[in-house]
Amino acid sequence: MTVPMESPVSYANVGRARWWRRGFFASQTGYVTLALLILVLVMHFASPYFLTEGNIQNVAKNFSFIAIATLGATFVIITGGIDLSVGSMMCFAAMIMSMVMTALSTPGEPGASWFVHLAADGKTVVANVPGLILAVSVLCGLGTALIVGLINGFCVAVLGLSPFVTTLGMLSIVRGLAYVASNGRGSFPGGPDADILYALTSGDLYGLPAPFIYLVILALLMAVVLHHTSFGRHVFAIGGNEKAAEQTGVEVVKVKIAVYVICALAAGLQGIIICGWLGSAPANMATSYELNVIAAAVIGGANLAGGIGGPLGAIVGCVLLEVIRNGLVLAQVNSYWQQTLVGVIIILAVLVDRLRSRLA
Amino acid sequence: MAVAAVAGQPDESPDPRPVLELRGIGKEFGAIRALHGVDLEIFPGEVVGLMGDNGAGKSTLVKIVAGNFAPSHGEMRFAGEAVRFNRPVDARAVGIEVVYQDLALADNLTAAANVFLGRELKRKFGPFSLLDHKAMAARSLELFGELRSETLPHNLVRQMSGGQRQAVAIARTRLSNARLVMMDEPTAAISVRQVEQVLGLIHRLKEQGIAVMLISHRMPDVFAVADRVVVMRRGEKRADKAIGDTSPEEVTALITGAKEAA
Ligand SMILES: Nc1ncnc2c1ncn2[C@@H]1O[C@H](COP(=O)(O)OP(=O)(O)O)[C@@H](O)[C@H]1O
Ligand SMILES: [Mg+2]
Repeated sequence: MTVPMESPVSYANVGRARWWRRGFFASQTGYVTLALLILVLVMHFASPYFLTEGNIQNVAKNFSFIAIATLGATFVIITGGIDLSVGSMMCFAAMIMSMVMTALSTPGEPGASWFVHLAADGKTVVANVPGLILAVSVLCGLGTALIVGLINGFCVAVLGLSPFVTTLGMLSIVRGLAYVASNGRGSFPGGPDADILYALTSGDLYGLPAPFIYLVILALLMAVVLHHTSFGRHVFAIGGNEKAAEQTGVEVVKVKIAVYVICALAAGLQGIIICGWLGSAPANMATSYELNVIAAAVIGGANLAGGIGGPLGAIVGCVLLEVIRNGLVLAQVNSYWQQTLVGVIIILAVLVDRLRSRLA
Repeated sequence: MAVAAVAGQPDESPDPRPVLELRGIGKEFGAIRALHGVDLEIFPGEVVGLMGDNGAGKSTLVKIVAGNFAPSHGEMRFAGEAVRFNRPVDARAVGIEVVYQDLALADNLTAAANVFLGRELKRKFGPFSLLDHKAMAARSLELFGELRSETLPHNLVRQMSGGQRQAVAIARTRLSNARLVMMDEPTAAISVRQVEQVLGLIHRLKEQGIAVMLISHRMPDVFAVADRVVVMRRGEKRADKAIGDTSPEEVTALITGAKEAA
């Protein structure tokens, strides 16, 4: 028996797909973006107020309030996991940040002597550089998120628990801790650095809301990490075929722990930003936001089965949800319809994707 | 690509030492004796067909050599040195590559990304090292060319035929200076044309002095490419014959047990 040895190499059956049939244009993210653009046009004609500077700023600020957490959750979703604890995490990180800030700004509290002292006239005076209290409090908030992320990652990657169950438990644990820590009352960031926090979270730069600027920076960073580092490559590989990743020497456990940590940190940062805008960290803050976050990621094209997703999709999903909410408000539709509509859109987005892959 | 000279062995040696030597390899899973007293040698550039019925112990043998688990008995020598692998990475480090039955490909990544999965090429940008997409695509294209496969580096594995997937999995083994490539059932689930492609790929490996262990149920494939056929039955090696000294009929008899040993 012989084997054909010198059959010429020809690429007859594997020509490169046309540009509109591959990459962004053939992805769910692509046509959801298209749907978003159409929606914006429709809204513009329906309401002259929609594309005014004030309303655009409003929309940009509002979607930024869930989009940073959505970026983090997208990492987890790409590996085929899920994180239901992001809403609770937002609240808990914000609360820790706020409580630490208040404590460090109150003379007499443990550790506060490093940061403030009482002047002769009874006023509290900053002992150090302005902003130091804020920096320490934010680090404490993010440190809390880091620990929660590590626990989530450990349970999923090392103990092999299901991500759904682990993070469902964590949703409850972290929310409970937030109630315990503040005795159910929530917390208000106080002290000399509170104004810096407000400026950094609800201020703007050249008319761009601060949260939006953070979002853009983080999204660009995420794009680089996902597509141009081996860590990002491994995140996709684990979502595509975890066993294969393992067999080819990818450090699956480390990567999985890392994505849960990234997700928790993003949620923590998001919570701190929301807290700065609200001026407080109520114990019920961001309740059920995990659903908005996951919905936005899925609408934007992240696949819950793993292997697909990215920062653009995450943002487009968040924008779409916010534009719809905004539109319903402008159209004076009963705001209770919003939730119903969001559900319909989630199913539609996934349905269109299914139809498209059937036709392709 | 040059095959690294085996330590202490003159390059011009007409009868080189085996790359892989197994002596009395045995493996028990609890009460199940999956392998018993297996001796085996494979020489550079040799293709050995490993055949046997389901449960004969072929995959267990491959997994022991690949470092998936340690043998319960016996010793293993690779390139003349006694080796003991704790993890697949250890086996890969000395030059043993495996093409797993399910190919271990991530469907959502491109051919090039899969070839380099776990050993990506990177470029330094200050303190950061970023993926070197161009270099990986170029090297993959080169490897696919060497394997005479119609596979393009930027195509998604999801959209590939069985033969192309096989080429990606085999190209992966060519990244390092592999000296032994083991393939578990590479032709089980692909079309006739693709089978020919895979057999062609095995020939390329052989030409480059790489030892190949081919596990297959398909008699024609083994007789087309193998130099030697090893038959396993109930965890034991029942035959080890040059292809020219045996026939499909004899091998079939050995596999089914109609003939005890040869
Ligand atoms: N991980 C394992 N645990 C227990 N028994 C196993 C395991 N792997 C293989 N076996 C047993 O070892 C024997 C040989 O299996 P295997 O090597 O997979 O055979 P083959 O690949 O030739 O079909 C079978 O009886 C199988 O049930
Ligand atoms: Mg098997």
